[in-house]
Amino acid sequence: MSYQSPTFRHPGLPVNDLGYTKADYEGAISTLCAGCGHDSISGAIVRACHELSLEPHRIAKLSGIGCSSKTPTYFLGKSHGFNSVHGRMPSVVTGAAMANRDLLYLGVSGDGDTASIGMGQFAHAVRRNLNMVYIVMNNGCYGLTKGQDSATADEGSASKKGDPNPFSAIDLPGLALQLGATFVARSFSGDKGQLVPLIKAAISHRGFALIDVVSPCVTFNNNTESTKSYDFVRDHAQATGTVDFVPMREEITTHYVAGKTHEVTMHDGSVLHLEKVSENLDPFDRLSAMVTLEQHRAKGHILTGLIYMDKDSRDLHDVLETSRRPLNALQEPDLCPGNKVLANINASLR
Amino acid sequence: MNPTDIKNPEYFHKVVDCQYACPAHTPVPEYIRLIAAGRYDDAYMVNWESNVFPGILGRTCDRPCEPACRRGRVGNGEEPVAICRLKRVAADNKSDISARLPVVPEQKNGKRIALIGAGPASLTVARDLMPLGYNIDIYDNQFAGGGMMRSQIPSFRLPITVLDEEVGYILDMGVVTHFDTEVSSLASIVEKDYDAIFVGTGAPRGKGLELPGLEEAGKSVHIGIDWLASVAFEHTEQIGKRVLVLGGGNTAMDCCRTSRRLGGEDVRVVVRSPFADMKASPWEKEDAMHEGIPILDNHVPKEFVVEDGKLQGMLFEKVKAEYDANGKRSLVPTGEDLVFMPADDVLMAIGQDNAFPWVERDLGVEFDKWDMPIVDKTTFQSTNPKVFFGGDAAFGPENVITAVAHGHQAAVSIDLFCRAEPVSKRPPPFTNLVTQKMGIHEWSYDNAVEVDKRFMVPMAPLEESLRNRKLEVELGFDPATGYREAERCFNCDVQTVFEEARCIECDACVDICPTDCITFTENAEEPVLRQQLSAPANNPTQDLYVSADLPTRRVMVKDEDVCLHCGLCAERCPTAAWDMQKFLYNVAKAGQ
Repeated sequence: MSYQSPTFRHPGLPVNDLGYTKADYEGAISTLCAGCGHDSISGAIVRACHELSLEPHRIAKLSGIGCSSKTPTYFLGKSHGFNSVHGRMPSVVTGAAMANRDLLYLGVSGDGDTASIGMGQFAHAVRRNLNMVYIVMNNGCYGLTKGQDSATADEGSASKKGDPNPFSAIDLPGLALQLGATFVARSFSGDKGQLVPLIKAAISHRGFALIDVVSPCVTFNNNTESTKSYDFVRDHAQATGTVDFVPMREEITTHYVAGKTHEVTMHDGSVLHLEKVSENLDPFDRLSAMVTLEQHRAKGHILTGLIYMDKDSRDLHDVLETSRRPLNALQEPDLCPGNKVLANINASLR
Repeated sequence: MNPTDIKNPEYFHKVVDCQYACPAHTPVPEYIRLIAAGRYDDAYMVNWESNVFPGILGRTCDRPCEPACRRGRVGNGEEPVAICRLKRVAADNKSDISARLPVVPEQKNGKRIALIGAGPASLTVARDLMPLGYNIDIYDNQFAGGGMMRSQIPSFRLPITVLDEEVGYILDMGVVTHFDTEVSSLASIVEKDYDAIFVGTGAPRGKGLELPGLEEAGKSVHIGIDWLASVAFEHTEQIGKRVLVLGGGNTAMDCCRTSRRLGGEDVRVVVRSPFADMKASPWEKEDAMHEGIPILDNHVPKEFVVEDGKLQGMLFEKVKAEYDANGKRSLVPTGEDLVFMPADDVLMAIGQDNAFPWVERDLGVEFDKWDMPIVDKTTFQSTNPKVFFGGDAAFGPENVITAVAHGHQAAVSIDLFCRAEPVSKRPPPFTNLVTQKMGIHEWSYDNAVEVDKRFMVPMAPLEESLRNRKLEVELGFDPATGYREAERCFNCDVQTVFEEARCIECDACVDICPTDCITFTENAEEPVLRQQLSAPANNPTQDLYVSADLPTRRVMVKDEDVCLHCGLCAERCPTAAWDMQKFLYNVAKAGQ
């Protein structure tokens, strides 16, 4: 058993604008089961952050409890981290984001952490449009406690040692749409080609960005009766379209066919190209997104890709008109501007 | 690309860079693991089977394995594993291995073989054929076996005891020796009606420079290899205080270092080419400079300066190297005045030639326009089917390990020839591929990758070694350092074997691979594929391992270039589609 990864890296690894290689965004060696989808999602996060040339010390990764919530140890080893109480990650992010709006908040959660114990927290983080990336590593089971069905397990799906699940599943993208989410996507841990650009887009989005990532549990839920196995997802996934993310600093080199692609300029100036595959879906219309999502669900398909995005999203800071500077940058003169200012305020209220 | 055929023994052989680069294809990682395990006898025997002279080569080998070592390719200022000096650790620490040497049958097979020259090539032929029951006569003009290993390699690099021991293992098998016997006529050997004759007479003629003043300089100018032999055989015991050594190869390094030990105080190596282009191995240059010997490059010798019948020194023309578009070098004079360097003695070590005045041209052995025998590169047979050549005698000067490799192949040919089978029928290599899995995430090899830098071999104090030409300079690794150096080996023979049918394409191997060797991608032609991997595969000398199509119609592509063989892909694989399997490759020897 290897407890650490060798320190050697490919001598020809590409470096990003900051002069960092992908290795600079890695974390400790994973202790999850071999083949766990979560490790692939960690890999995708590493790639996205490296390719976006994010400064590791400008990122905060936060999680709750569960297999998913262990993963922040395995990526972004040089970033800030907070492993919170089960299901309470959104509260911690809310506090942190309110205090310091300059960091990128990357929340990592699981289906249990989000759809069961943390449901209330999740719902309010969505409706407040907290400026964060919220990644759900969704394997439909409680892998850390021997694989019991979770709240996202599809009705009729059975895990390796379990009976078919008699309950209706919570569909997180559907729920998020209803709660007013401004960025909703779904992806699959086994498809980095789709997942990496989605993560990049979510990072560039201002507001709450949910990516529900189906991530098979190889130990308890990768059997033929499961709807969250590698094979089932590969057979039933239908992408809304291909997503290509071009960071602000880069020149757009790919040629896009007019009329078939949507070009969206993100808040930070980056450009998102969305080539539609699904005829019915308009990813900038909430109603269309909800209908398409339900239609696919009814047919037993898993709709993946960017499902909905509000191009005019206003995040919690915008709504509350909070300080533009992080609280830790405010000095005494900012906080106690003196009698003269107080007098002016009082005068304005008379 | 087509799926890689891992059944072809050469595919995985090539992944074991050191073994592949070794002319004798010694299974290097195999014996390095044995050294790490403290099994020095076993490590020695793995070597002995393959390269015949582990103790000698562990000190003197040209080590083509080391530049090939993967460790040198992984960046971080890493240097190759000290393979050569590890071999010596096995030889130094072994116990009596005589009981493990092959048994030579009492009942001979009735075939008689003559070996001309008792150097490494001939001794290898004897080693391979004696256990098969051949009667072997060996002829050499020296008083003992070993050839150039005895006459040209100085004792401070190779102690006589080590040489005698390893030559003895072979001669003691019952080889009939005819030492102090100069074979001056091949016909006289042919007349004796041997079933086969092997010529391993080396490249015994040192080149000289016909420059003005040579004749007048007389006995102050020496041919390098002859002078080294004369020192080795104790005919020469001293040299002048000021010595110029001409030439940039390993012989020049041996000459200058020997001169330092025989009274030379101002010893200089003067070479025509730039320092970087010198033929000498980098470590031999370092050793010479460590002994206070300057190496003066870009100086072309022009004239011996002699006054009153006594050599005063030499004149040199300064040049600079210029390279044309094809990289061909020419040395262009700088136009400066000739440089005079004083000298009492000059040693010329500018190359060696073959010499076959003793081979009559009517024996059926044909020679080419360079007066070299026409020898088959695979079978080592000459145009006279009974006569075989090997070592430097076959294709010109190389090195000991190449001579050993020739010897093995010539022995295979001689055995086939004596059994009236076609010599072209080469036996396939022996290969074995077996899993190293001991349990979940547990391997029978130490898969952790060490970060230690290459260890230095300790040396005897400089003053002491310069006083005594027989004192070995290098002391060798002690067992503890040997262990740590052995642990630097990546175990490249433990192969990453991929089984498509088991793969569920979960990407776990891709994510964990520290050196980004593995990619799942659409198939393409090799040049395209090389550029669409996680990290571009820009080393075309290293193969891509390509799987058959997977269910998503992608293929697994692994760039072998900087794989650390750490086994993490196999540890993280949930379905054991990856497995770590030890690949053993042994070149078939005579009788196998």
